[in-house]
Amino acid sequence: MPDIRPNRISREEITENFSELHPPLSHPEALIEADRCYFCFDAPCTTACPTDIDIPGFIQKIRSGNLRGSAHTILSENIMGGMCARVCPTEVLCEEACVRNLHEEKPVEIGLLQRYATDPVLDEDTQLFSREAASGRRVAVVGGGPAGLSCAHRLAVLGHEVTLFDRDKKLGGLNEYGIAAYKTVNNFAQREVNYILSIGGIAVRNGVTLGKDVTVTQLRDEYDSVFLGVGLGGINQLGIEGEDLPGVENAVEYIADLRQASDKGDLPVGRRVVVIGGGMTAIDVAVQSKRLGAERVDIVYRRTFDQMGASDFEKNLAKTSGVTIHPLARPLKILGPGHASGVLFERTAPGEDGSIADTGETFTLDADVVFKAIGQQLRDGVLEDGSIKMKSGKIVVDNNQSSSLAGVWAGGDCVLGGDDLTVTAVQHGKVAAIAIDHYLRTRENGYG
Amino acid sequence: MADLASEFLGIRSPNPFWLASAPPTDKAYNVNRAFEAGWGGAVWKTLGEDPPIVNVNGPRYSAIHSNDRRVIGFNNIELITDRPLQTNLDEIRQIKRDWPDRALVVSVMFPMNAEVWKKYVPMIEDTGADAIELNFGCPHGMSERGMGSAVGQVPEYIQMATEWAKAAARVPVIVKLTPNVANILPPAKAAKDGGADAVSLINTINSIMRVDYDTLTMYPTTDGMGTHGGYCGEAVKPIALNMVAEIARTSETKDLPISGIGGISDWRDAVDFLALGASNVQICTAAMVYGFKIIDDLTDGLSTFLDDKGMSSVSDLVGRAVPSVTDWQYLNLNYVEKAVIDQDLCIKCGRCHIVCEDTSHQAITHTVNGQRRFEVIDEECVGCNLCVSVCPIDGCITMRRLDDGFDPRTGQPISNEKADWTTHPNNPMRKSS
Repeated sequence: MPDIRPNRISREEITENFSELHPPLSHPEALIEADRCYFCFDAPCTTACPTDIDIPGFIQKIRSGNLRGSAHTILSENIMGGMCARVCPTEVLCEEACVRNLHEEKPVEIGLLQRYATDPVLDEDTQLFSREAASGRRVAVVGGGPAGLSCAHRLAVLGHEVTLFDRDKKLGGLNEYGIAAYKTVNNFAQREVNYILSIGGIAVRNGVTLGKDVTVTQLRDEYDSVFLGVGLGGINQLGIEGEDLPGVENAVEYIADLRQASDKGDLPVGRRVVVIGGGMTAIDVAVQSKRLGAERVDIVYRRTFDQMGASDFEKNLAKTSGVTIHPLARPLKILGPGHASGVLFERTAPGEDGSIADTGETFTLDADVVFKAIGQQLRDGVLEDGSIKMKSGKIVVDNNQSSSLAGVWAGGDCVLGGDDLTVTAVQHGKVAAIAIDHYLRTRENGYG
Repeated sequence: MADLASEFLGIRSPNPFWLASAPPTDKAYNVNRAFEAGWGGAVWKTLGEDPPIVNVNGPRYSAIHSNDRRVIGFNNIELITDRPLQTNLDEIRQIKRDWPDRALVVSVMFPMNAEVWKKYVPMIEDTGADAIELNFGCPHGMSERGMGSAVGQVPEYIQMATEWAKAAARVPVIVKLTPNVANILPPAKAAKDGGADAVSLINTINSIMRVDYDTLTMYPTTDGMGTHGGYCGEAVKPIALNMVAEIARTSETKDLPISGIGGISDWRDAVDFLALGASNVQICTAAMVYGFKIIDDLTDGLSTFLDDKGMSSVSDLVGRAVPSVTDWQYLNLNYVEKAVIDQDLCIKCGRCHIVCEDTSHQAITHTVNGQRRFEVIDEECVGCNLCVSVCPIDGCITMRRLDDGFDPRTGQPISNEKADWTTHPNNPMRKSS
């Protein structure tokens, strides 16, 4: 019998386990940390930031007590600076580039400083932006995740009227449904959404699914231009025997349930959990299962430990949370009968060219729950067949996020080159909005 | 271990660190604690005529802080002692009796009236104090009443009051100078001419710390109004060092013993003062920021330093750097240095580049062969030391002397002969060489 049940540990333990991973800096801590910034010329941290935030600039403003100015420096490049401060893998972005790594191996805590500067703006609902004169142009933005929200906000600031479509009940996309709970507590994702919408000029239509309730063709007819930030709603399948057994679950759905649960203790969790995959989602579902009280959690990844998509920080978080990571093994079969009871794996060997080869050696891990976390793909039927150039199942865009279809831009995880990061999606949305604005204002489009 | 025992005007103390005349030396309680902690001596907070002055009942102090609240500069509007004269005299007598091996000097401030000095100086001497220090320095409050820096800014008054004190005193008389003057030498000469046995400097500098950003009044205030105070702490040390060195290197004043004061926080600061001509040092702000325990680092650090230099006593160090101080006009204009960046130590912050580019001589690259790399361009470098000053990594940028060949900036051959402004062809007042 599978052992899957809610409340494996006490509510107090769950509350403690899901408290904030990185508590915010206090005022003195922030001032001391800000003092560590060298105010570099052509700062490497800014170069490393996907949204080009002037990092020494915002830190200097913290140092000088100009917190509102600091927040403006951040949010004018990245309207989700608050969320990115919480979820960015800073250890491979800005903080990896910090020159302090070269002589003391302890970078400036840029992420925490960014949070210190931006939190008060949301807490006090301080509007830092104003809208330019109305352009009379209307833009459809599909997808209320980081890409869509970033695009919508910038378009609204530039004077355009935006209609924002989303299939879910709440906006936020993976910020709301995907990110691990201990990274974004106190309903931060919705507070950030509300702040973004408070600029005005963004009409929200929830519960609208592209390809089902509306098509790109219809949106192109009805609006002056279209931005697609639809993400990857489809789940990659293992394609092995036993995949349809009860107890085999999609990691992203479980994470979404966890994020939406009013009481995390109500969530059923297996005693023994096996996660298949090597990215952030695999780590998130593994760590959260452990924190909900799973006794044993194993992550199995078919390539090497170093090739895992998750960052070193995430992998360490998994280890210190009591999760065991098994690299170099691929699943052959999910064992039954009637319900998942384990997974049969075959060990793999890394080839010199980065490929992997089967070794013929097998082993079994017992499981009450098996999570699939081997990536997502564009949902079937989102786009009309052949209407937009695709590659590897994703939308092809140019440097301005423009798709092959005139008047249609795209960004976030659904485009080729997207890298599963909130910060990258925000940049796509921003770049697209600037390009759309330019498009709408050029003479041949009858404006400006 | 080097012997830190110090003798200043024949006054012995176990080390050259005295507490300056200031709040830490206002009462027997404090001075007792200081001596228990190991301070070599104390200059009692300035005594004046009865009835005692009164202080404000609001803020007397304020500070300039770094972001982690380290005190960089400090300001006060406290006046001289606000306790009755006899109370102070009794306590001084007791402290000297209890601590015979420590230096105990009494600071005094009296109006410009010979009879007053004649009356009080013997009373002070009677306590057994080792010396008297004349406070001609305080720039706030007392100066409005014609004392403190109001005296110290007029050399004739300094000489006159010093003469009165000397006429009444058998113990040594130290004159404490104000830095609120254009040139420290006339006051020092006046003290000498008045018969002073030594000078001590600097007292505090006229200052307003900042405004209150909410009320847009000056900060701090007493009931909405403020007044300038006296500035001290580590920020003032370079000003003090210059004045000490001026006195130590000028023929008319160089024989005056100097007690160095101004921003001494650790033993290295003391080395600065001693090497530039002070025979001992006085400290206030560092004690007011950290308490008396800092004496441990001061004595231990100085002793270790002397050992490392092969010096057996403090006096070996006194004045060692004075010969290196001169006028600008005597600096060797044939001497050429270039900055050198150690690429192994460089963390590539680019600060040297941007400050040189924006504010100086465009002599540091930011990119070499497409890579982020900061190198000195010898053809542009004037050797100004700005890059060394701003580099966050100690020792990463150093100055290298060119001693042969040509200066790539000027194309001129390097000469090992000294040549200064006094004989330079561009100097209309040049001497014939």
